[in-house]
Amino acid sequence: MKVLVPVKRVIDYNVKVRVKPDQSGVDLANVKMSMNPFDEIAVEEAVRLKEKGAATEVVVVSVGPQQAQETIRTALAMGADRGILVQADQAVDPLGVAKLLARIVGEESPGLVIMGKQAIDDDNNATGQMLAALLDWPQATFASKIEVSGDTANVTREVDGGLQTLGVALPAIVTADLRLNEPRYASLPNIMKAKKKPIDVKSPGDYGVDIAPRLKVTRVTEPPKRQGGKKIDSVAALVVALKNEAGVL
Amino acid sequence: MAVLVIADHDNASVRDTTHKTVSAAQKLGGEIDILVLGQGAQAAAEAAGRIAGVRKVLLAESPALDKLIAEAVADVVVPLAANYDAVLTPATSAGKNFSPRIAAKLDVMQISDVIEVVDANTFVRPIYAGNALETVQSGDAKKVITVRPTTFKAAPEGGSAPVETLAVGGDPARTRFVGEEVVKSERPELGAAKIVVSGGRALGSAEEFHRVMDPLADLLGAAVGASRAAVDAGYAPNDWQVGQTGKVVAPDLYIAIGISGAIQHLAGMKDSKVIVAINKDADAPIFQVADYGLVADYKAAVPELMTELGKTGAEIS
Repeated sequence: MKVLVPVKRVIDYNVKVRVKPDQSGVDLANVKMSMNPFDEIAVEEAVRLKEKGAATEVVVVSVGPQQAQETIRTALAMGADRGILVQADQAVDPLGVAKLLARIVGEESPGLVIMGKQAIDDDNNATGQMLAALLDWPQATFASKIEVSGDTANVTREVDGGLQTLGVALPAIVTADLRLNEPRYASLPNIMKAKKKPIDVKSPGDYGVDIAPRLKVTRVTEPPKRQGGKKIDSVAALVVALKNEAGVL
Repeated sequence: MAVLVIADHDNASVRDTTHKTVSAAQKLGGEIDILVLGQGAQAAAEAAGRIAGVRKVLLAESPALDKLIAEAVADVVVPLAANYDAVLTPATSAGKNFSPRIAAKLDVMQISDVIEVVDANTFVRPIYAGNALETVQSGDAKKVITVRPTTFKAAPEGGSAPVETLAVGGDPARTRFVGEEVVKSERPELGAAKIVVSGGRALGSAEEFHRVMDPLADLLGAAVGASRAAVDAGYAPNDWQVGQTGKVVAPDLYIAIGISGAIQHLAGMKDSKVIVAINKDADAPIFQVADYGLVADYKAAVPELMTELGKTGAEIS
C-alpha cells in the first residue's frame, strides 16, 4: 500500500508572528519556516506504517513556493521515499489544495492519505475533510491512533468529551492530531540520503484545476491586547478582590 | 436569504453553542432554520424550536447521524443546502470534522472559526493561533461557516418553531462506528462553565495535577482545563486542553495555575471575563494578561486559596 502525505511549509511554530503595519498580512521576510507540526506527525505515522510493513511507499506532496522543496526534503530525511512539489507562488486556499491533491491521488492511487489536522498559519482545519469530500472517500479526522489491517483502518479520534473510534474502508483520509506520535529527528546520514531522493516539480497548470482563492483577505490586524492587571500579594487579598471588586465569586 | 444552523446538542437538549451560532446567523440576516442531527433527538429539536427567531427545526435521525459521522452528515446537509444561502455550525470538534466536507461538496471554501460577522460576505477569523485576525470576503454564492461560539451572545429563548422530520437514507457503507470512550463527569462542560481552573506543566505529574486541581474545581463548581504542555506531558486528557489547538473558553473566571502563558494557550482563554494567574515565576507571560496575578508556588497558594474560599463562604453553583 502506498501512503500519500501532504505537507505544508509554514512559519516555524516558535516564531512570534508580526502583523505588517499596512495590514496586508503577516511579515514573512527573514522568518524561520518549517514543516507544519501536524504534518510532521503525519509523516512520522506514514514512515512507521512502512517500518511495520503495512505500507510499501511513502510519497510526500507539497503545494507551495519553490522553497517548499526544503519541507519535502525534511520529510524525505524522516524516511519518506519521494516527493512531489506543486509549485505555486500565490497563496492557495484549502479548497484549491484539496483539488490539486485529488488529482495527484488520481495519478498515484494511494491506499491511505495521512495529513495534519490543520496548518498552524491559516488554522482552517479543512483540507483533509475537503479532499475526502472531493474523492468521496471515508474520513477519520483528529486521529490519536491508527491501526491498519487488510483493507480497513481503525482510527481513534480526539473528540469533545473523549475518544471515538471509526472503522474506515481503505482508501481513506486520516488527519493527525497531536497525540498520534512524537515525530523523530532525522539523523545526519538520513539527511544526506534524502538529498538523493527524487522530487518531482509540477505546476498547478499541469493538473488543470482552478485554484484561484475564493476568500479575499482584505485586512490582517493584531488582536486587541488584553491589559494585564495588578499583582496581588496574598491569597486572602485575591479572594477579597474576586468577591468584592470583580464580583465573580 | 435563509440560513441553516446545525445544532450542537445531546439529544435531550441543545447546548448554549447552538444559541450563540443562531446569534451569529442573525447577523447575516434572513430566516433561520435549525437542523438537529441525532437519534432519539425529538426533545433536542423541540428545545431548538424554543430559541427566539427560529423559523423551523428540521430533525434528521439515524445511528450514523447520532455519532455525527461526517459522510452521513454531508449526505443530509448537501441536498438541503439548495434551500439556503448559508450553513453555520458551531466550531466544536464534530462541527470542525463535518463542515469542510459539506463545503467541498458544494464547491465552496469554508470560512472557519468566525469570530465576527461584518456583513453577509465579510467575516473576521483568527489565524496564527490567534496572534493575528484576518478579515475575509467570500466570493462564494453560498457560505459554509464554522462559528467560534465564545465570541457571540447566546440568542434568547422564547420561540415556538415547528419541528419537521426529514427522511434519511442508509448509513454510509465505508465508515463504521466502532466505539467511544466518553469521560463522564459531574463537573460542568469546559466550553460552557462559568468558572474554569486550569493547570500547567508546573504541576509535574498526572497524580499531582488531579490532587491539586480536582478539589479546587469541585469547591468552585468549576470545569478543569490544562495547558498544552500539561496535556503533552500526559498530566491531563487531551479534551481538557485550552488553547488554539484545543478548546477556546470564555468563562466569567479563569484561574491559571502553574501555566506560563504560551501564546497558544492565551489564544484559548483571553476572552475570559476575569483571569487569575498563580505562578512562582514573576516574569511568566501569563501575568501580562491576568487581571489578578499572584506570584507564588501553587503548593502553598492553592490550599490557602481553598481555605480562604471556605472562609468567605463562597458558594458557587
